[in-house]
Amino acid sequence: MIKTFCKTQVEVKVSEDGYLEDMSQWNEEIAHEIAGELGIELTDKHFEVINYLREKTEAKEALTIRKVGKSGIVSIKELYQLFPKGPLKFSSKIAGIPKPTSCI
Amino acid sequence: MKNLLILGAGTSGTMMANHLISKLPKKEWSITVIDQFKTHYYQPGFLFLPFDIYTTKQVKKKGEKFIPKGANYIQKKIELIQPDENKVILEGGRVLDYDILIVATGTKIAPGEIEGMDGPMWYKNIFDFYTYEGAKALRNKLREWEGGKLVVHITEMPIKCPVAPLEFAFLADSYFKNKGMRDKVDITYVTPLGGAFTKPKATEALHHLLEEKGIKEVTDFNIERVDYENNKIIDYAETEVEYDLLVTVPTNMGDELMERSGMGDDLNYIPTDKATLQTKDHENIFAIGDATNLPASKAGSVAHFEAEILTENILRYIKGEPLKAEFDGHANCFIETGNGKALLIDFNYTHEPVEGTFPLPGIGPLKLLKESRTNHMGKMAFRWIYWNMLIKGRHIPFVSTNMTEKGKHFETVEK
Repeated sequence: MIKTFCKTQVEVKVSEDGYLEDMSQWNEEIAHEIAGELGIELTDKHFEVINYLREKTEAKEALTIRKVGKSGIVSIKELYQLFPKGPLKFSSKIAGIPKPTSCI
Repeated sequence: MKNLLILGAGTSGTMMANHLISKLPKKEWSITVIDQFKTHYYQPGFLFLPFDIYTTKQVKKKGEKFIPKGANYIQKKIELIQPDENKVILEGGRVLDYDILIVATGTKIAPGEIEGMDGPMWYKNIFDFYTYEGAKALRNKLREWEGGKLVVHITEMPIKCPVAPLEFAFLADSYFKNKGMRDKVDITYVTPLGGAFTKPKATEALHHLLEEKGIKEVTDFNIERVDYENNKIIDYAETEVEYDLLVTVPTNMGDELMERSGMGDDLNYIPTDKATLQTKDHENIFAIGDATNLPASKAGSVAHFEAEILTENILRYIKGEPLKAEFDGHANCFIETGNGKALLIDFNYTHEPVEGTFPLPGIGPLKLLKESRTNHMGKMAFRWIYWNMLIKGRHIPFVSTNMTEKGKHFETVEK
């Protein structure tokens, strides 16, 4: 699926549920736009989390709520406050990384 | 003489000892298995113990009985692994040198990770069923429980046997129906996942079953604490679920030995190559079963398939040959659905469970992702297979190490 972001007028590839398929197509403008759609206004703290998620994804490390809670950036409680209703799903979507999967 | 050490005499460790004993030349290799506990538990049986379907005797045997003659067995706690010096230190200070190390220390529950979980109400109205003690205490509680709100809960992923909590909910439904008190029991299934299971096709089938049995679902629930004074579990988003009886699967973690030895991730699982089973940091250390960080189920069937590939890779490693990168994440699980029926699922890293027949393509007799009595018989027969074939390292007829795609109804090729 191709999605066009209106403010930036960039076309990016997204999955069915709206996650960027190529994380290199991401930029801060896009982050703001996705966040807006989710009703979240991004602050510096949000970006600290987003950058952490992107770094770990680039290093091919699996992300969990527990891991973010131990990152030293935010506690799990704060992560919920920053991204209500979707601490890991919404933050991942805004960070332009794939949808988090729980291993089985 | 060279030394191969196996840490842990659970399902994986015992299987590896049995596989390797006949493959490694006795004059060159000494095999030693170390485990601190005397008893080997049939862990799938913990699901049936609370409902008086299995007796305590059916789920435990003396572990040493299954270690092959010719291998050394040391019943001692392991204090430390020193991977850079190829040494393992036991409690009391005894030092063992190794040429090859296999880590099979498994996973266990860590209820202390959640505030209020293992507090004053632990084993009073809050139980786990992932330990022998928990399953037995819960059995005694269920025998006298008069009904109310039963909450079946998963704390966080990954957990051992991810389908077990669902099976528990299904069996609870049958158990209370048989006791003539289903109308007095309200069952709720609470999970941190977005649905009953992580694989979409199976989630659909399982969701339908939950609905049919009148079991409520609460999804995306990430528990923060247990309010044991007011009988509520509370998640980070302040959602509350009330219970009279809480059956939880606490956080699962690898052995603290990994933390002490600086070899584990944030859940004490050892980073391992998902295809070869060699650990990422040390080429003469291999890991198997629940102790690894593999993105596969933590389950005996997975350990069984891993053991066949790991045995071959240990032999290749000794000969200096390249390792076989063949483990595909194959898992095969019976899902007990209550009322004498079960589902069967077969999947791997890339293929989710689908409908079809197993183990013979087009014939069965077992049906994938469909409830049947034959599947239930298969699950019941498995206890015998476990004690007599699986941990002894015998090949199970018709069941291949890598998942077969034949006889299955794949819609399209996945990922």
